[in-house]
Amino acid sequence: MLTTSSDVMDRLGRNLSALTVWIDDRFPMTKLLKEHATEYYASKNFNFWYGFGVLASVVLVLQLVTGILLTMNYKPSSAEAFASVEYIMRDVDWGWLIRYLHSTGASAFFIVVYLHMYRAMLYGSYKKPRELIWLIGMAIYFCMMAEGFFGYLLPWGNMSYWGAQVIVSLFGAVPVVGEGLAEWIRGDFYISDITLNRFFAFHVIAVPLMLLMLVVVHIMALHEVGSNNPDGIEIKKLKGADGVPLDGVAFHPYHTSKDLVIILVFAIAFSAVVFFAPSLGGYFLEHANFDPANVLQTPEHIAPVWYFTPFYAILRAVPNKLIGVILMGLAVMLPVFLPWLDRCKVRSIRYRGWSYTLALSVFVVSFLVLGYLGLQPVSDLYTQLARVFTFTYFAYFILMPFYTSWEKTKPVPERVTK
Amino acid sequence: MTDKADLSRRHFLTAATAVTGGVGLVAATVPFVASFRPSARAQALGAPVEVDISKVEPGALLRVEWRGRVIMIVHRTAEMLGQLVTIEDDLADPTSVESEQPSNVDARHRSLRPEILVVEGVCTHLGCVPTPRFEVAPADLGPDWHGGFYCPCHGSKFDLAGRVYSGFPAPTNLRVPPYSFVTEDVVLIGTDLGVT
Repeated sequence: MLTTSSDVMDRLGRNLSALTVWIDDRFPMTKLLKEHATEYYASKNFNFWYGFGVLASVVLVLQLVTGILLTMNYKPSSAEAFASVEYIMRDVDWGWLIRYLHSTGASAFFIVVYLHMYRAMLYGSYKKPRELIWLIGMAIYFCMMAEGFFGYLLPWGNMSYWGAQVIVSLFGAVPVVGEGLAEWIRGDFYISDITLNRFFAFHVIAVPLMLLMLVVVHIMALHEVGSNNPDGIEIKKLKGADGVPLDGVAFHPYHTSKDLVIILVFAIAFSAVVFFAPSLGGYFLEHANFDPANVLQTPEHIAPVWYFTPFYAILRAVPNKLIGVILMGLAVMLPVFLPWLDRCKVRSIRYRGWSYTLALSVFVVSFLVLGYLGLQPVSDLYTQLARVFTFTYFAYFILMPFYTSWEKTKPVPERVTK
Repeated sequence: MTDKADLSRRHFLTAATAVTGGVGLVAATVPFVASFRPSARAQALGAPVEVDISKVEPGALLRVEWRGRVIMIVHRTAEMLGQLVTIEDDLADPTSVESEQPSNVDARHRSLRPEILVVEGVCTHLGCVPTPRFEVAPADLGPDWHGGFYCPCHGSKFDLAGRVYSGFPAPTNLRVPPYSFVTEDVVLIGTDLGVT
């Protein structure tokens, strides 16, 4: 019998659909695909701000893959850690690439997530009925901070060491139990081999597990209520005869093909850093970390990696240690309450009053300036500046219930615009 | 008997089961939480250390390590001790009321023997190592500097007894560890009970 290629394809197709049916009888594969991709309708007017969620997932996968590869050659002991990182950089085939992807990925993760959060503030994505998505997102952010902190100790460079020393000693500021708490975290009287070993466990198992679960929950909650859009209107209100929102298009293939372009643009920028400036002038990998950890010698100038510096600047701006720690903790926590601090009924900044635009601008400037100040050595001028911007940072949140209730909003359209 | 369930009874049983289970769960985490504490080996390595100070000349400094911290031992001259009194107005806590030190240590010169200072080289702000700067009025620290310790991280200044100057981020004086003299020339750092 003569078999043409179309016959082969035909038979393959039949077998594949038979396999699909077999699986669907036992596991909701097609159902899940429909719910989350081919029949998940998201607004057709998404702009580039809506690409950062996808980018965050891409970076998460990159961090998991490169992280697993790094653990295969890294040694979590104070005697060997620094040398094993050098070994990865020099002797392991492509080890330098894997490590630079991971270190650049850490910073990229924070850039992407900060922009993702800013998008939510622009278009009111944290408002009812998406409060839980925002809360889960904040939990993801806290996990990322923990992940960044634990991971930063692992290379066992001198900045790793003293950065961990400074942050763990923050817990020592807690009255009465502080010193015991810091000892409990370190498992020793100082940052030692024991501390390194447990930070490794947190960094490669405990926190990533939580992070992964939270990301799944974040996306489940999002797909339950549906994505917001730049106009901040509910597209599910107006549906066609087929039950599909008039302003919605299927996530796959429409949004996925657009997301591929966004991923490509991101990959170009990301590769540029990985290949041409992996330490990015000391911002992604700090220079003092090229010296091994030295218990007896503090680096000249201690600063955390850039993604923590806005909060570090707040800590330093306060002359009292305990109050400084409390204010820093508050600064990290305050965004959690945004869904309830923001009293304005209109979601998107497109239809909100000038007062919110002003407030959001003040917030962005405060965050960026504090981030810059946290990287600089202390000086009188900088401390004064940090106090001013600490004040405006807090004012954005604390005054929000007032300026958002008096806000004069514009009429909101029925259908999405451009 | 009716076939209607007794709901309040059922709610009570549900709550009682949940509370009992919850208490059991919390009790079960005790060993997990406790495993985070410094292990027996870490405690053994953190045992007191003996230091021979016979070769520390007046005006000189000896650094030793105890529990991963720098312990600075300074043999203070009469001149250095004299200065401790004159600068007291500029200090945040000259009599060490707020600061941590063993009870048998003098509140002002902060040592068992006036000339031998034993102090932890750990800034009470955020744990950096303060730099010993014993020279008087160097160019970078200005004419008001009478010698002491300077923290490079956030600029806290301490005098030659580890007492912090007021107006700097460090909240208290440098900590004096528990210590005792075994003989005239040998200090035991880590316990104020002497050799037991």
